[in-house]
Amino acid sequence: MAKLTIPAEEWMFSGHAACPGCGPALAMRLLLKGLGPRTIVSVPACCWTVIGTPFPTTALRVGVLDNAIEATGASISGLRAAADALGLADVTVVGFAGDGGTADIGLQALSGMLERRTDAIYAMYDNEAYMNTGVQRSGATPWGAWTTTTPVGPAARGKPEPKKDVMGIVLAHRPVYAATLSPSFPEDFDRKVELAKGLRGPRFLHIFAPCPPGWRFDSAETIALGRLATETGVFPLYEVLDGRLRITRKVSTLRPVSDYLAKQGRFQHLTPEEIARIEAQVRTDWERLLAREREDGPAPA
Amino acid sequence: MARKVLSGNSAQAYAARLARVQVVSAYPITPQTSIVEKIADFVASGELPAQYVKVESEHSALQVCLSASALGARTYTATSSQGLLLMHELLHWASGMRAPIVMGVVNRAVAPPWNIGADHTDTISQRDTGWLQFYAESNQEVLDTVLEAFRLAEDPAVRLPVMVAEDAFYLSHTVEPVDVPDPAQVDRFLPPREPHAVLVPGETARLGSFTGPDRYVDFRRQLARAVREVPRTLAEVEADYARVVGRDLGGPLPTYRADDADAVLLTMGTATTTARGVVDDLRAAGRKVGLAQLRLFRPFPDDTIRQLGVSVDRLGVVDRAYTFGPSGPVATEVGAALYGVSRRPLLTSFLAGIGGRDVTPHEVRRMFDTLLSDEPPSTHWEDLEEEAAVRG
Repeated sequence: MAKLTIPAEEWMFSGHAACPGCGPALAMRLLLKGLGPRTIVSVPACCWTVIGTPFPTTALRVGVLDNAIEATGASISGLRAAADALGLADVTVVGFAGDGGTADIGLQALSGMLERRTDAIYAMYDNEAYMNTGVQRSGATPWGAWTTTTPVGPAARGKPEPKKDVMGIVLAHRPVYAATLSPSFPEDFDRKVELAKGLRGPRFLHIFAPCPPGWRFDSAETIALGRLATETGVFPLYEVLDGRLRITRKVSTLRPVSDYLAKQGRFQHLTPEEIARIEAQVRTDWERLLAREREDGPAPA
Repeated sequence: MARKVLSGNSAQAYAARLARVQVVSAYPITPQTSIVEKIADFVASGELPAQYVKVESEHSALQVCLSASALGARTYTATSSQGLLLMHELLHWASGMRAPIVMGVVNRAVAPPWNIGADHTDTISQRDTGWLQFYAESNQEVLDTVLEAFRLAEDPAVRLPVMVAEDAFYLSHTVEPVDVPDPAQVDRFLPPREPHAVLVPGETARLGSFTGPDRYVDFRRQLARAVREVPRTLAEVEADYARVVGRDLGGPLPTYRADDADAVLLTMGTATTTARGVVDDLRAAGRKVGLAQLRLFRPFPDDTIRQLGVSVDRLGVVDRAYTFGPSGPVATEVGAALYGVSRRPLLTSFLAGIGGRDVTPHEVRRMFDTLLSDEPPSTHWEDLEEEAAVRG
């Protein structure tokens, strides 16, 4: 049996306002386990604005700062600057933003934060649409997915554009560390968070965060669906440290992507041809990832 | 105290340095740039040991200040025109979060068409964001007001962000002798910020949060109380500044030869200096005219305006901005303050100096003539190109 490596202490109260089976709630819980109490979290408008519970209550046992939806990158730069100015060097500064607040409206501030080498962690929890406002498509919504603004009808087949490659954009800034994480693989998740915590400079975490009401699946299946996302190659787990990419969850044979799609109402309209198209893209991306890993080679001893 | 020859922009930078700001963040825009360049020099030379975060937009500049302020740091930024407009959303955040940020604003016209000349439309159109707004007449006043702004912003009764505005080029790029207080004097006047309701590492707290209708109104009401405290707190702060530094800035509405005047012109910013000269000339010629300089536009000093209103028959308001209201924006506010006062002056709104046009002594004399004419108009655009063409 594997040794339990995840810290037992909880920094998130059980009394929060998330939906049953909420991926973003699990993401925050695991993130704070790895970061510990001397953490300040900046949260833009997103599901977590509400999950964190209304004034005068709070769901987190750390300092939380609300910020405007597009401003998370700048907010953590400001927190870091103040922490340094005030002699609070040991504080871990974290931005915790949704995919819309990161990939769309917050992309400029994220780019700025990465470029100016802010010593902070930016975590994007990716539930692949604007969920807090009721499931509208974002740049991170995958191709073909139903949302309320990419409905399915005689003239429409869900989202007609592919998912934005946020990791690719982030890696172009050469951050100190960037990784993909999934609450379905908590040991891998925690290891990456603790590794990131120990580094200095800009760090980026892309967290897979299934949304039962938005993706239309059974809220008891969140963890299973997350495992399927990685096992089918839809959401591979990897990290890039010092520019070197390493896949942290090797999948010898990818499962058919239909195993993942079939569980979710947002993909129910897809034809076998459309599923085959997604399958082909997932496999191409996976092969590219393997090639990049081979090319980068192992880290120097 | 050292006398230096400084531009308005340098005066802003010297004041930020004297205030020992801990976090500065800014994005360059003409004609603000020499403020942020000067601060960069101060940081590079070690004279200002601050964190200086150079950001990718004004929006981010203000967010950096907001978040740094939320941890307890004293923060400063500066901008102008389009940059201030881009900050609009976060201006509301700053007042709502009770963040005592001080911001220098170089008043510049708003596009289109592009124009970098002096114009108050940028700051006036942020009047409803909860920021205190001061407008300076001279570079000395810029420096003094920025120092007072920190005290006011951090005062427990107020805890609101403050803008200190200066006219583009007339102040920003014009040098004047400025008395720069000694750091020890400023330290006596402005001790380090005493953080209140800030995030403390290791402690459970949330700043910002969300509320329903049950609580939201109480936050707004608290803001209203803080705003109402400004006149009293400003008087205390200015008395203290006069005691420690030796200069009295004269409150929200200093007047000049207005006591027995038949007509008073109210100005904001550098038009004041020109108008003061004209008042002297006209007084020498036996005409009873006076001047009032509106330093504080937000919160609007209604009581002080009413005191002025009851003592004068004709009041002209010079607005260096057009904001789509029934008259110039300051004139509209003055009119509202005087509504309901039984004895109130005839009010004329002059729109002058828009987009960097000079407000000349000739023009100010004409305004007094208009004010003292049989039937002064309610609104008058000064010196329009089309009228100049008709005049030949």
